[in-house]
Amino acid sequence: MNREPVMKRTGAQILWESLVREGTTCVFGYPGGAILPAYDAMLDFPIRHILVRHEQGATHMADGYARATGQVGVAIATSGPGATNMVTGIATAMMDSSPIVCITGQVGSKAIGSDAFQETDITGITLPITKHNYLVTRPEDVARVVREAFYVARSGRPGPVLIDITKDAQQASCEFEWPETPKLRGYRPSHHPSSREVDQALELIHSAKRPLILAGRGIQLSNAREAVLAFAERAQVPIAMTLLGLGAIPASHPLNLGMMGMHGEAWVNTAIQEADLLLAFGMRFDDRVTGNVKTYAPNARKIHLDIDPAEINKNVRVDLGLIGDLRETLDALQPQVESRDRGDWLAYIGMLKGDSAVRDIQNLPDNGHLYAAHVINDIWRETKDRETIVVSDVGQHQMWEAQYYKHEEPRSLITSGGLGTMGFALPAAIGAKVARPDAEVWVVVGDGGFQMTMCELATIAQEGIDINIAVINNGFLGMVRQWQEFFYERRYAATPLVNPDFTKLTEAFGLKARRVTTRADVIPAVREARAHPGTVLLDFRVEQEDSVYPMVPAGNDLHNMIRRPSAIIETGADA
Amino acid sequence: MNTFVVLVEDHPGVLTRVSGLIRRRGFNIDSITVGHTETPGVSRMTIAVAADEFGARRIEANLYKLLEVLRVDNVSRRPSIFRELAILKVQTSPETRAQIFQLAQVYRARIIDVSPESLVIEITGNEDKVRSLIDVMTPYGILELARTGRLAMLRGTGTASKPPDHDGQPAQVKADDDGVSHSV
Repeated sequence: MNREPVMKRTGAQILWESLVREGTTCVFGYPGGAILPAYDAMLDFPIRHILVRHEQGATHMADGYARATGQVGVAIATSGPGATNMVTGIATAMMDSSPIVCITGQVGSKAIGSDAFQETDITGITLPITKHNYLVTRPEDVARVVREAFYVARSGRPGPVLIDITKDAQQASCEFEWPETPKLRGYRPSHHPSSREVDQALELIHSAKRPLILAGRGIQLSNAREAVLAFAERAQVPIAMTLLGLGAIPASHPLNLGMMGMHGEAWVNTAIQEADLLLAFGMRFDDRVTGNVKTYAPNARKIHLDIDPAEINKNVRVDLGLIGDLRETLDALQPQVESRDRGDWLAYIGMLKGDSAVRDIQNLPDNGHLYAAHVINDIWRETKDRETIVVSDVGQHQMWEAQYYKHEEPRSLITSGGLGTMGFALPAAIGAKVARPDAEVWVVVGDGGFQMTMCELATIAQEGIDINIAVINNGFLGMVRQWQEFFYERRYAATPLVNPDFTKLTEAFGLKARRVTTRADVIPAVREARAHPGTVLLDFRVEQEDSVYPMVPAGNDLHNMIRRPSAIIETGADA
Repeated sequence: MNTFVVLVEDHPGVLTRVSGLIRRRGFNIDSITVGHTETPGVSRMTIAVAADEFGARRIEANLYKLLEVLRVDNVSRRPSIFRELAILKVQTSPETRAQIFQLAQVYRARIIDVSPESLVIEITGNEDKVRSLIDVMTPYGILELARTGRLAMLRGTGTASKPPDHDGQPAQVKADDDGVSHSV
């Protein structure tokens, strides 16, 4: 290809040239009228295009790609319905700070505002759910905007950026000029805490008797695993995990207590309530981890380490905010932290754990019923021998996955935490597999969420994607059913599902499938799926009315948990 | 009431971004004015929002997350001048006209239009003064009222708002004195 700078190029060519320069090798998309010039130009560039079946899938795939690697994921779609179909995926990425760039075609610049065919104001629609967005109407702006979009998406607190390009901007030509650096005078992605703030933090840490680290997604985003572990080990501070923090600290680490929050471990929530210092590392005190904020950790001073100044004092009032990249902040803090013996506190938490094991469904003898917990635990046991990414959807199975799959590595769990987007898992897993082809990828998905995006099985078949899908099939919208059971007198409004035969359905896409109905058959099925080259769907028919325990009802005090009734453990009877 | 002076890039859609952000974070804008500044390409917004101290800090921190926001100053925490302009169309009769003229003089307001049955009065001042004139005129019958909303400027030679340099140097980092830094 002739790349002399004087040669004029179309906006479409500049778009791909810019994407390639930003390191993009793969995009997830769906063509249409207003993006046709870009699709035509794509053929001349070293880009792998994954043809999705719905644009929502493209955004989740870009998101899965980004979460699996930390690199910017790219999704592309046409104007109007193509663009609006992306909205859910963009909002999902926004809530979980995932760096993606979404490119949409737009009607010709002269037709904007005329309600032209497939015209929609996508920059207006996505204003509150993007970190930033652009409407590009001239080819001269394409290179600069792509450069800025990638920079904005991945710097500071990452997030989605949308670029809406009119058809005439794709078609018209100009000279290609690649900006050396993005020039954004109003954008301040990096911050550093002052030395005074660091000193204040040290004072609080040294005087604490019962400190606790709350470990969130920020650890994954800033690659701060080593820094957090060094800090925690030196100061002997136990660590509680958020859902999106799982994997950031090895589950097997002696200081790692496990997950906090609505479906967190009882001892973790109790430890939070009894702590005298909370160190929030890259987490945002979501209502699902705090419960009632008025009674949340009442005796604890709180230090919040986050890169986003707007997170400080948003949900929970803190005593000190250290704004900056988590790894950099900890690197500044850690050498000055004095090592402490906190044996009493750790022993006390160990004692809290004591009574919990008897309530664990893992200890339930095989009574002929298949429980999701067993399925997930068996998948973990079978897959822990190699690099595995689990992509979970939203609902009961997501919580069971978090409880029973022991994540050791960062970026080994991909799930929609903030927005709670059902249908996320299958497409996100495709993105994760494309990004990390050497990793084994498992989808853990409910029968409800699976049917929201199951059209992407066709994408899997067409693109030859090799993942494994575990459908936790209980014939209900399980988490909603659980809430109905607990809070609405078992009035099951619109939660029972009449499902298609998932095995036949999968076979219709040309993929392999197997139904599993007994506990004894779980491991053979998992082994078969792993051995098979290509995607396999396992339809696990699990206990219909099982619930996730413990549970802190929404808005309740964090220490008021509904525990698994012990009767189940004794009799194996249905809840 | 908090008054923010916000310097923004003079780009299409910036007003929507700013107002939409404040709305979706759960605050109600009491008044907002936008105009050019002494620097080409930079617009100045004066935004009055009811919020407590923590709310005001959140608004400030969130505004800074917009790429097109160059600088935010909460001038209500510093000695500042607030001004608003209002024009009122007041019903008059031959009997009341002289009274209205006199009252307008007391407020140092100007009569800018006269017709047989009405007067148009222009007043500038802080909100108390404007509200007071409105109260005084209400018994005569206000036919129409237009207000600009609040403008604000720091007292003295210090300027609330200078945008960062054009070469992309980030705005100055500042930390508040209460142990939690919110702005950047």
